[in-house]
Amino acid sequence: MSIEIRNVRKNFGSFSALNDISLDVPSGELVALLGPSGCGKTTLLRIIAGLESPDQGQVLFNGEDTTERHVRERQVGFVFQHYALFRHMTVFENVAFGLRVRPKQTRPTEAEIHRRVHELLNLVQLDWLADRYPPQLSGGQRQRIALARALAVEPKVLLLDEPFGALDAQVRKDLRRWLRRLHDELHITSVFVTHDQEEALEVADRIVVMNKGVVEQIGTPGEVYDNPATPFVYHFLGNVNLFHSRVHAGFARIGELELEAPEHAAAADAAALAYVRPHDIDIQREPDGASAFKAEVSFIHPIGPIVRLELRREDNSEIVEAEVTRERFRELDLKDGESVYIKPRAMKLFLAEAA
Amino acid sequence: MTARPSKSNTVLPGFKPALGYTIFYLSLIVLIPLSAVFLKTTLLTWDAFWATVTAPRVLASYRLSFGAALLAAVINGVFGLLVAWVLVRYRFPGKRLIDAFVDLPFALPTAVAGIALTAVYSTNGWIGSWLEPHGIKVAFTPLGVVVALTFIGLPFVVRTVQPVLEDLEAEAEEAAASLGANRYQTFTKVILPSLWPALLTGFALAFARAVGEYGSVIFIAGNMPMVSEITPLLIITKLEQYDYSGATAIAVVMLVISFVLLLAINGLQWWSSHRHTK
Repeated sequence: MSIEIRNVRKNFGSFSALNDISLDVPSGELVALLGPSGCGKTTLLRIIAGLESPDQGQVLFNGEDTTERHVRERQVGFVFQHYALFRHMTVFENVAFGLRVRPKQTRPTEAEIHRRVHELLNLVQLDWLADRYPPQLSGGQRQRIALARALAVEPKVLLLDEPFGALDAQVRKDLRRWLRRLHDELHITSVFVTHDQEEALEVADRIVVMNKGVVEQIGTPGEVYDNPATPFVYHFLGNVNLFHSRVHAGFARIGELELEAPEHAAAADAAALAYVRPHDIDIQREPDGASAFKAEVSFIHPIGPIVRLELRREDNSEIVEAEVTRERFRELDLKDGESVYIKPRAMKLFLAEAA
Repeated sequence: MTARPSKSNTVLPGFKPALGYTIFYLSLIVLIPLSAVFLKTTLLTWDAFWATVTAPRVLASYRLSFGAALLAAVINGVFGLLVAWVLVRYRFPGKRLIDAFVDLPFALPTAVAGIALTAVYSTNGWIGSWLEPHGIKVAFTPLGVVVALTFIGLPFVVRTVQPVLEDLEAEAEEAAASLGANRYQTFTKVILPSLWPALLTGFALAFARAVGEYGSVIFIAGNMPMVSEITPLLIITKLEQYDYSGATAIAVVMLVISFVLLLAINGLQWWSSHRHTK
């Protein structure tokens, strides 16, 4: 089922949580709402679910206006950050809950409920925990049970609020891959909220980047990462170096450096900010023409497969962060205090008015 | 799950002095006076004891005391839950005032409560005069006893349920709603089971308080032998006749019944809060 959000606004007192949000989620996609805390992503999710109602605007499921429909009748599966399992019920009863509360005419028989619940518990690979109570489970297990419970009512839409937020790093990784595989099996339209860019980039078909109640960019993980629409998106999706520059007729000037900027051919001596990812900083021992800064290595942090370097530019003493592979690092054989030549391999320019 | 204080590696210091003090204190305040009751009773022969505690008038008073206390505790269980619910879940003007009213039965001298209730519920009182044409008499009947016991027991249920209700996570209710449960199902299947332990505690406290209540009841009960005479009143009557052993004999029976009932309620409460963690 597709979801459309039309001009949704929501205020909490004088705080504007959502400011005219419009958004399409095509049927069968797994979409991430990504943003820092307080950006309104959870509020948007709760409005889609019907747990919150918008001050203005509409929510459409398959083209049908559901704004006024109660959460009970929306056929959404909602997975809460802190699981919200029913503590006094066994895992089995938790999953069966959605089936048992159906009105008599549509309630499955006891045998059918048993079959369905065990099928779902097998799907989340936790059938052996059917008789346990939630407090006896680990966080990852609880979250999978919460998911099974939400799926039991055969929702048309699955909504997950920071589903892995309360789990530790390893479990998070396993569980998000597992969620991706599950989604590939079930193809149920899903929206999940996260503040973790890595999680969104890895799991989602499309990412909606939000900030301060507005949508900054919508796109595939590749699009938003490689082609950020706004400086915010660039900042939010990973580390970044900022260079002050001037753009004139298709060329950007950073300090002594002149780089091609064909997308800004029309700009005439405009101030701009150049954004460069640390892994897009090229490091050389020898000067490569005039197109590099001289810099001094001030810190070396080896982090797993990569080495993070802090470099101090010679011309204005600004710190530039760079990431190189271990291999390249060994090749360069760098030491603290040594001089190197650096240049951006790729960058994104935002003119001053936009930044 | 179970943390047992051990000699070598406990974070909390002073287990022994704390336990020692607890036992000493409980002995001084509770156990010694109560055992005196038992000791005094042993002055009676077994036959005399049995004759005293099974006299028809005494048996009738047990029925009234325990019956009315149970009924009052049940009423308080239902309406106390309702009051707690309203105080926690809704916002309305005067909420703080109502919240404060709940504690009044704690603070009011019970005799004042008894006189006030009698005045209101007697056949020419505000409520009594209105009930009288319907053939309902409250004051000077067992019904009056129930009313008085309900009055003094109310705060127990409200004050035990209220904090638990406040801590109840809204997410569980939202989850129930998103799974298709209506309000009634959400209440009976999700909220109520979480409140059970607290509700039982409140019930037990209200019941225990009602069994021992004296001051407010004797005004409204009318104290007719075999009809509206509570056990504590019988004990007082015996004391006034200098029949100390007879008084303590009845007290012993009350104590034993109360203890067994409270133990049963505690067991129920333990069961209801531990069955989900096994």
